[in-house]
Amino acid sequence: MNHIFGWSIAFLIFATLLNVAMANGEGRDQAITRLLVPTLFGISLLVFWEGLVRGLNVPGVILPAPTAIWERFLASTSILRQDFIQTFVKGALSGYVMGAAAAFVVALLVDRSDFLRRGLLPVGNFMAALPIIGVAPILVMWFGFDWQSKAAVVVVMVFFPILVNTVEGLRATDRMQRDLMHTYAASYWQSLLKLRLPAAMPFIFNGLKVATTLALIGAIVAEFFGSPIRGMGFRISTEVGRLSLDMVWAEILVAAIAGSAFYGFVAVIERHVTFWHPSQRRGR
Amino acid sequence: MDPRMKTDSPVAAARAETASPIVIAARKLDLTFQTNDGPVLALRDVNLTVNRGDFVSFIGPSGCGKTTFLRVVGALEHPTGGEITVNGMTPDEARRARAYGYVFQAAGLYPWRTIAKNIKLPLEIMGYSKDDQERQVERVLKLVDLEGFGNKFPWQLSGGMQQRASIARALAFDADILLMDEPFGALDEIVRDHLNEQLLALWARTGKTIGFVTHSIPEAVYLSTRIVVMSPRPGRITDVIESTLPRERPLEIRDTPEFLAIAHRVREGLRAGHAYDE
Amino acid sequence: MTSELRPDAAPARHPTPAGSRMLPILRSVVPVFVVLAAIAALWYTALVPMNIRESLTQAERAGAVVDPPNAIERRDANAIGLVLKNPAYIADTLRQDRPRLPGPDQVWRELWATTGAMVLEGKGLSKRSLLYHAWVTLSATVLGFAIGTVGGIALAVGIVHSRVMNMAIMPWAIASQTIPILAIAPMIIVVLNSIGVTGLLPKALISAYLCFFPVTVGMVKGLRSPDAMQLDLLHTYGASRAQTFWKLRWPSSMPYFFTSMKIGMAAALVGAIVGEMPTGAVRGLGARLLAGSYYGQTVQIWSALFAAALLAAVLVGIIGALQTVTLKRMGMSQ
Repeated sequence: MNHIFGWSIAFLIFATLLNVAMANGEGRDQAITRLLVPTLFGISLLVFWEGLVRGLNVPGVILPAPTAIWERFLASTSILRQDFIQTFVKGALSGYVMGAAAAFVVALLVDRSDFLRRGLLPVGNFMAALPIIGVAPILVMWFGFDWQSKAAVVVVMVFFPILVNTVEGLRATDRMQRDLMHTYAASYWQSLLKLRLPAAMPFIFNGLKVATTLALIGAIVAEFFGSPIRGMGFRISTEVGRLSLDMVWAEILVAAIAGSAFYGFVAVIERHVTFWHPSQRRGR
Repeated sequence: MDPRMKTDSPVAAARAETASPIVIAARKLDLTFQTNDGPVLALRDVNLTVNRGDFVSFIGPSGCGKTTFLRVVGALEHPTGGEITVNGMTPDEARRARAYGYVFQAAGLYPWRTIAKNIKLPLEIMGYSKDDQERQVERVLKLVDLEGFGNKFPWQLSGGMQQRASIARALAFDADILLMDEPFGALDEIVRDHLNEQLLALWARTGKTIGFVTHSIPEAVYLSTRIVVMSPRPGRITDVIESTLPRERPLEIRDTPEFLAIAHRVREGLRAGHAYDE
Repeated sequence: MTSELRPDAAPARHPTPAGSRMLPILRSVVPVFVVLAAIAALWYTALVPMNIRESLTQAERAGAVVDPPNAIERRDANAIGLVLKNPAYIADTLRQDRPRLPGPDQVWRELWATTGAMVLEGKGLSKRSLLYHAWVTLSATVLGFAIGTVGGIALAVGIVHSRVMNMAIMPWAIASQTIPILAIAPMIIVVLNSIGVTGLLPKALISAYLCFFPVTVGMVKGLRSPDAMQLDLLHTYGASRAQTFWKLRWPSSMPYFFTSMKIGMAAALVGAIVGEMPTGAVRGLGARLLAGSYYGQTVQIWSALFAAALLAAVLVGIIGALQTVTLKRMGMSQ
């Protein structure tokens, strides 16, 4: 066995033992340990990966080493930025905003009619479970190769989860709270703004958070069906074809960063809006 | 135009028109719920008048209709027979005239609003000016002994304090009727005693008419000028007891023979209702 | 004391103005039916302006006079305006070979032609049958789902019982849900192909990967759902970890188990379909979608889409039925 590979395995074992010691040791409930343990685990996996590729001479067309991916990432920042803007900003983000707004408005309309709600909620739930990504070829055909068709795919993908969550959130007030509004002789809009919307916020943000990942998936996968010569999905599919996997991994790195940053951004807003909810209350 | 003038005037008008001390008058009130298991007689042939400044307790086992009656007064349920007036109007007109404050079994404060903003909620809905809102909040926080807690969120306070805040919310818009549906049911005995004492003091200070639903005999006897004993299936009034206790009531009054005599009569009334049941 | 007359005690007491006298089943079915009918109506309405240009072009080629006669003018004109000017061609928009938007009836006919009709001819599993493609996708989905679910449950059991696994892996499992993992599908296919793994397995691995983390996270939640009092009770009995697991943790995790399985199944299907797209695969619903989009065969795209939807509905429906039966047996259903 090659010694580079051997050292990487040794490091993995050492890191794991250290983690076991930390997780069962004195300071196991401290914040620093909670951060250190998963970080060390992640690093040890990367070291193992690097050792595996270098030690066993795994060809780059099967699995490039983390350092090679990182080098490629640094060397191609301008392409990556261009792809990021095309796919994330133009496709995913604009589609997300439009889809969320549309779902919200429809949810408010549906909520006014009990009949509509009973009809639309099962249909919406059903749609939310479908492989909606399949509409991508149709929408690419209708809206062209550029970002508009990607935004359209994203609109369709994020619409139903947000709709269903918002409609359910608007029903989430309990009877006593509605009775209270009734004794104040509050109007529809007063009880919507002062009671039902604030109470629905945890549900709405649930939908918004699920939709962040869907938006990015929709925008990337839609590019597999045709795109201009930029975009993350375009780059992934063409670079896979040319077997330059380090570039593919660099795009995936961008997608991972963009995806978790997007999610984190929505989660931070959620924390400010729904600070009162039991799940958000610590430290207040 | 001062919105309070607007909201108060129908009540005042009704008061002047009737010119009587009667605040709530129910005659031959019936209420039948249609359930999946058939009709349920929640209230049958309920006759009751409540005068201005009365403290009326409704007591009885679960299902006797005491909460339902309070909800009818508050226009949260609609009777299927008989008549009821509140301040000389239908309950629904009284609701629109903001004639009463309602306190529910749980505090029901909005977790996303501070205590002060929770108390402002009805005032915002009723269109009070910002200055008036501030003034009222300050006034009612003092009434329920919560000064200095206005900026806290409900979940930062104990259960008893939350319930006091919800009473403050019901007092904020100066309705002259206070309807309370087992407001202290979920609290422990000691907190309950304390709040009972405070409620009596508040009643003495404000002269409001109070309708109070409870499960507890001592609580009913301690608080009330009249005790309405109800029994289930069908929900009806079996006894109305006028309290002979003075208006001034220290907690120790509960050990006097007079208190125990009234409590005994209430218990007898409740037993009679049960006998019918079995 | 049987009937509590609290406001929250008895359901359906309030006379609801609409449909109160309907049977409960009708109360839930009628609105859904109306909504579906509305969608179909909307579909047909949208179809006319969507397809009018093509209809007019074909009519013109066949020698008819349309308004405006110039193709370029028509391209720039408002579609609804074109419909109003050429009402005679509305019927044409409903029966084109390659419409921009096929009607529900066209999709249905295509679905029938490629499934039921072929079965009747005894060619149910020929390569031109949609059943064959659905079967290809289904087998990748189910295989991937099985791998991912078993793996996810195993990891969840490990995380619940090992502090170090919990601390080291759980944050990554949660974070991975925010990452568009689907993007690596093409790479997995190509890499596995290049080392000689082809056919079902690469797609199944994508499916497995997609449903792995949701199942892990859901099951960790489920296995942790017993409260402290229930755990303390077993502790007082001196129950072993295995006994606690089988008698408390596993049964309490059942509602979470089925919810995770539904999410995992939906994800696995998406994984299989996307796994069929990038490599020029010729088999499976994803390949049908891609081929349809290459050749402009819209009816084929729509029918593949409906087949995928149907497949998802059936798979998730099966889990839902299992859930109902199991939870009812365990006395956990509401």
